[in-house]
Amino acid sequence: MTASVVVLDYGSGNVRSVVRALEHVGASVELTADPARAAGADGLLVPGVGNFHACIAGLRAARGEELVRARVARDAPVLGICVGLQVLYDGSTEHSAAAEPGMGIWRGRVERLPADVVPHMGWSPVRPGPGSALFEGLADERFYFVHSYAVPDDGERASRVVSTAEHGHRFVAAVEDGPLSATQFHPEKSGDAGLRLLKNWVRSL
Amino acid sequence: MSVAVRVIPCLDVDDGRVVKGVNFADLRDAGDPVELARRYGEDGADELTFLDVTASSSDRSTTYDVVRRTAEEVFIPLTVGGGVRTVEDVDRLLRVGADKVGVNTAAIARPELIAEVADRFGAQVLVLSADVRRRRDDTGAVTGGFEVTTHGGRRGTGIDAVQWCARAADLGAGEILLNSMDADGTKAGFDVELIRAVRGEVQVPVIASGGAGSPAHFAPAVQAGADAVLAASIFHFGEVGIGEVKDALERAGHPVRRGRAAAQTPRLAEDSDATEASSPRNST
Repeated sequence: MTASVVVLDYGSGNVRSVVRALEHVGASVELTADPARAAGADGLLVPGVGNFHACIAGLRAARGEELVRARVARDAPVLGICVGLQVLYDGSTEHSAAAEPGMGIWRGRVERLPADVVPHMGWSPVRPGPGSALFEGLADERFYFVHSYAVPDDGERASRVVSTAEHGHRFVAAVEDGPLSATQFHPEKSGDAGLRLLKNWVRSL
Repeated sequence: MSVAVRVIPCLDVDDGRVVKGVNFADLRDAGDPVELARRYGEDGADELTFLDVTASSSDRSTTYDVVRRTAEEVFIPLTVGGGVRTVEDVDRLLRVGADKVGVNTAAIARPELIAEVADRFGAQVLVLSADVRRRRDDTGAVTGGFEVTTHGGRRGTGIDAVQWCARAADLGAGEILLNSMDADGTKAGFDVELIRAVRGEVQVPVIASGGAGSPAHFAPAVQAGADAVLAASIFHFGEVGIGEVKDALERAGHPVRRGRAAAQTPRLAEDSDATEASSPRNST
């Protein structure tokens, strides 16, 4: 049976690519902000929009935060992309040193990358965490990143599978935590490797 | 284990068609930007740039259609530049599937445009495209320093290019596309002094453009500080394949991305041996 995915439509930006990429790997995709549709789909994809503040504010306005929490509580899959990963953490220092709060589902803070060249823009290798399902068949691949902020890898794993990459320091590139997954990079812009990762997710729905 | 040097082919698009002869042997329609984009993606391009050279803004709908169809088929980043003047232009391009938008002349006329775009869509969306030439006196002798130009390098602005790039980055440009108008069309190599000068003043990524004539030309641009390299004619005429450029970069010690597709579809190796061009591409 074809898996249904809702791409949450809660702000401006390029979401067309992720819709097409999901269709390309066999999902039936709907771009909508309708909470009932988003709750009922096999998978919910939360794209990143603009910066941290715009993303969390847009999500809250679209009731995206309660939607994500409700889905996770009943084991329904959610995949966040780029800032869609960042908002799942405690908060971000992008707009204030005191850190603007995120959803706080995962412990950790989004911080500016300590590198000579920022934004980190381009293809970097990702080291998959042990037992990763998202990265099945993708052990030695580069993915496309575009971001200035990230969650530093503190080595803490709890129940999560954490995959990492490096720019200035080692940071969280992807997380798998039961029904909730997220990537800092853009799988929909990462060529064949990205399509394979999306396919791995869609197949799990 | 660091970020790969991006190799970026650039296509000039006029009224929905690729201009300045592209010459691959096996294309059904060499003027179709979508088919070329797909081809470059298969060949290992890390990103694509469309430069919209459509003269009349009333014909822009064809550009939006080309961007839409490309983004639906090619799953690598797509930058679109040319004639972008307002926040609404940027919004429209993003909505049809562009990942980044290049801004050039409009930002010179009104630098606040950079901040407006960055505030609304994020800094990563805005590529400041700067057409730069060396300063010369009345006799044409180089006098030192670099100047921003408009009208394809024909008209000087008097603005110092290095300072302009630094200011654009401060205003929120996520990346600088640095076009050397002196090197463009010469096929004699990138202007490494210009790259070095800008690299020294900005923290955002720098894309080097103008002057690429052989695979050996790319590594010096990266050594001078470029994070990405952009070229048009040498790729379009099949003189040089993207894989060859990556080979040369790798031999010089720079990290590159090797696609799985390239390893799994050996036919690409034969295809890259395309027909030779009869005439070089004119300067943009």
